[in-house]
Amino acid sequence: MSATALAGASNAAVYASMLTLTLAMVAFAISFASGRRRSGLTQSQVPVVAAVGSTAVLTKPTLDAPTEDDAGRKSANIGMSFTWLGFVLLLVGVVLRGVWAGRVPWGNMYEFSISAAVGILGAFLIVSLRRDVRWLGLFIVIPTLLTLGLAVTVLYTEAAQLVPALKSYWLVIHVAAAIICAGAFTLAAATASLSLVQARAERRGKVGVVKVPSAEKLRTLTYRILAFAFPLWTFAVVAGAIWAENAWGRYWGWDPKETWAFITWVIFAAYLHARSTVGWRGDRASWVAIAGWAAFIINYFGVNIFVNSLHSYSGV
Amino acid sequence: MINEAPILPPMGTLGFLRFAWRQLTSMKTALILLFLLAVASVPGSIFPQRGNNPLRVNEWIAESPTFGPIFDTLGFFDVYSSPWFAAVYLLLFLSLIGCVVPRTQVHWRAMLAPPPPVPRNLLRLPQSLEFEVGAPANVVLERANTYFTSRRWRLVLTETSIAAEKGFLRETGNLLFHFSLILILVGVAVGGLFGWKGNVIVREGQGFANTLTQYDAWGGGRFTGAARLSPFSFTLDEFNVDFERGVAQRGSPSLFEADVTYRRSPGAVAETTRVEVNSPLAIDGAKVFLVGHGYAPHIVVRDANGVVSFDDSVVFLPQDGNFTSTGVVKIPDSDPQLGFQGIFVPTAPANNLRGPVSTFPGPDDPTVFLSAWRGDMGLDAGAPQSVYRLETAAMEQIGIAALRPGQTWALPDGSGSIELTGFERWASFQIAFDPGKEIALAGAILAMTGLMLSLFIRRRRVWLSVASISQGVTVVQLAGLARIESADLPGELQLIRAAVSDLPDIVSEKTATDV
Ligand code: HEM
Repeated sequence: MSATALAGASNAAVYASMLTLTLAMVAFAISFASGRRRSGLTQSQVPVVAAVGSTAVLTKPTLDAPTEDDAGRKSANIGMSFTWLGFVLLLVGVVLRGVWAGRVPWGNMYEFSISAAVGILGAFLIVSLRRDVRWLGLFIVIPTLLTLGLAVTVLYTEAAQLVPALKSYWLVIHVAAAIICAGAFTLAAATASLSLVQARAERRGKVGVVKVPSAEKLRTLTYRILAFAFPLWTFAVVAGAIWAENAWGRYWGWDPKETWAFITWVIFAAYLHARSTVGWRGDRASWVAIAGWAAFIINYFGVNIFVNSLHSYSGV
Repeated sequence: MINEAPILPPMGTLGFLRFAWRQLTSMKTALILLFLLAVASVPGSIFPQRGNNPLRVNEWIAESPTFGPIFDTLGFFDVYSSPWFAAVYLLLFLSLIGCVVPRTQVHWRAMLAPPPPVPRNLLRLPQSLEFEVGAPANVVLERANTYFTSRRWRLVLTETSIAAEKGFLRETGNLLFHFSLILILVGVAVGGLFGWKGNVIVREGQGFANTLTQYDAWGGGRFTGAARLSPFSFTLDEFNVDFERGVAQRGSPSLFEADVTYRRSPGAVAETTRVEVNSPLAIDGAKVFLVGHGYAPHIVVRDANGVVSFDDSVVFLPQDGNFTSTGVVKIPDSDPQLGFQGIFVPTAPANNLRGPVSTFPGPDDPTVFLSAWRGDMGLDAGAPQSVYRLETAAMEQIGIAALRPGQTWALPDGSGSIELTGFERWASFQIAFDPGKEIALAGAILAMTGLMLSLFIRRRRVWLSVASISQGVTVVQLAGLARIESADLPGELQLIRAAVSDLPDIVSEKTATDV
């Protein structure tokens, strides 16, 4: 394939993915709107042990919302299918971009953004293999679409060579970890925000948003995601420090990008502490998780665009 | 998990100290201090920092005469070495030590203690089950024992029960993580106290020897003497740079490398190597990094009789991404003194309306714009002068001109001429010695190990008790306890049940009953 054809194919795949994700968003929204209030919400935290003959059958507590009406379920399933399709298309777009540029597709903000979108969708879809998180779809597809929209409109650049500072295998390691974290942090911010909404409704004695699990389950899910993402983020920061030592002769220089990576890390460390601190376990911990995500986003958009930093790559 | 005891009123100085210590080492304080650390880091990303960009700091202060000095006094331009930033992290680490040391003792004792005995009523635990097994009680216990020991649980066996516990590495990992943070801090401190860092600009064909006087800028820790500089030297043989010419990211460097010849000590054999952005030259624990580059126009100045009074390449400092560079030439020995301010552009703009601003970083149309001055350049005042600045206060401008390589400008006052013969390149190197970085790296690796142990290992206790109801039939009660995040305990109980019932693994059956 010629270079222009590759470029065209990569862009076409990204646009096709955006279209597919828009359909997914609509399907998830319909599913969301079609929910009725569940009556007699039974969400057992405790496994149910039922005696069957002489042995007992133990059922595992699930994080899933237990009941759903048919129409809602159908459109949620359609939403999941479109999300998978959108994910595959976007992955194709990112890979073609890499082939076109002849290097890892992480040389500028456009490429980081479409890769981060793959990270967000990937994190969601991996979790969806293990448990039913269709209710989360809407809150994942929307930030993904926003990221992609920003990427294709504001951040788009033609592929070019990497600036010399980026020519390092530490780039691959460091950025790959950061992209997965982008996905996981976004996912956790979504579940943490939903837990706040649910907790409010529950305090008022209401059921809350139908189809979405209870606040407590959402908090547990947030914790699980972040317990996975935090060590990975730690690794990304350490890998970045090793790379910086190799490129600039110091492993830590309080460059704005490094500073915000540190701030993000400290806030998530605070989140993990909050989970074990009396009076901080509930909503407050969720707020801290959202703040951590905000720091990550500030680092990504704010520092790359507005602050003059060693990490500000040409071509935004 | 730490539950704070109700706070009692302090009694006396000792009582107060104990109260303060308990407050400092509480989980809530740790949390607040973490937030403070995050907030305290922010200003350093908004205000320019002296350590990174001292020129920007001076500009900032000059541009805002009211707030600049105030912010400066508050340490906003040196956030990460300011007293308030240090206060936050030192308190945090004090709290950390105060928290982790007692927890280590508690954990040590817990590891030596046997698992707690079987509770009276197992089925009252939230995760429990009861089932019958067609085997005598002692066989069931034997099977359970095999299960637990092969997975290295800690056990207490009685005639009719087993208490088992696993997952101590969780707390071990957590403690390791917190201790390793201290190690990282030690590494940073060692680097700060014993390390040094210097910058030097070297022109093509010129050399550098690692002594203090040769550096353009040098900073060392409190315990770094000049004596610790290892006696290496190098020359910059050739510097290669290339720029992106396509539409996308036009002008960003695509190649950036320095060929150098170096000697480890004055008498040592010469070796050659290539220094690139991501591959520094390591000598004697110090590392030589390529961090920047620029142009050095070669200038020849002659007096009215045609006698050469200056003939050298002059380092010009880049001012923008297209390498519009500024520099000065000083001829202090002429009478009166003669000086030139110059702007070098590697690619002059096609139309002259844009003035002396380069349009591409590569040398497509190198031009130097010169402004000639005569008078007293103030060298006698005694204060050291920058080689990049001409003091024109007591001088008079005698003309301006633009020169391309090979062109000569006869000065308007007839006192001589100046010629641009060509240009060379220069590279700037950062040379750093950081004896703490291996300590910090070790700390980071240990911290990550501890973190993963702490987050992925589940601490859990399981109790099993057996009772014979008839010959060869045993009723088994099985219960477990784990922290809320370890919701997979039911799955584990099922595995244990399968093991003691001598059934094939029934985990898959469990999924069928999942909602
Ligand atoms: C430099 C300061 C600190 C940082 C960066 C930090 C970071 C962390 C992180 C990331 C975790 C979660 C991972 C794990 O469980 O190992 C954690 C857990 C914990 N930290 Fe810290 N910590 C700091 C200081 C402290 C202090 C001062 C205390 C005591 C007051 C403390 C007590 C704890 C406890 C008890 C846990 C376990 C929480 C749990 O079981 O979930 N930490 N810390």
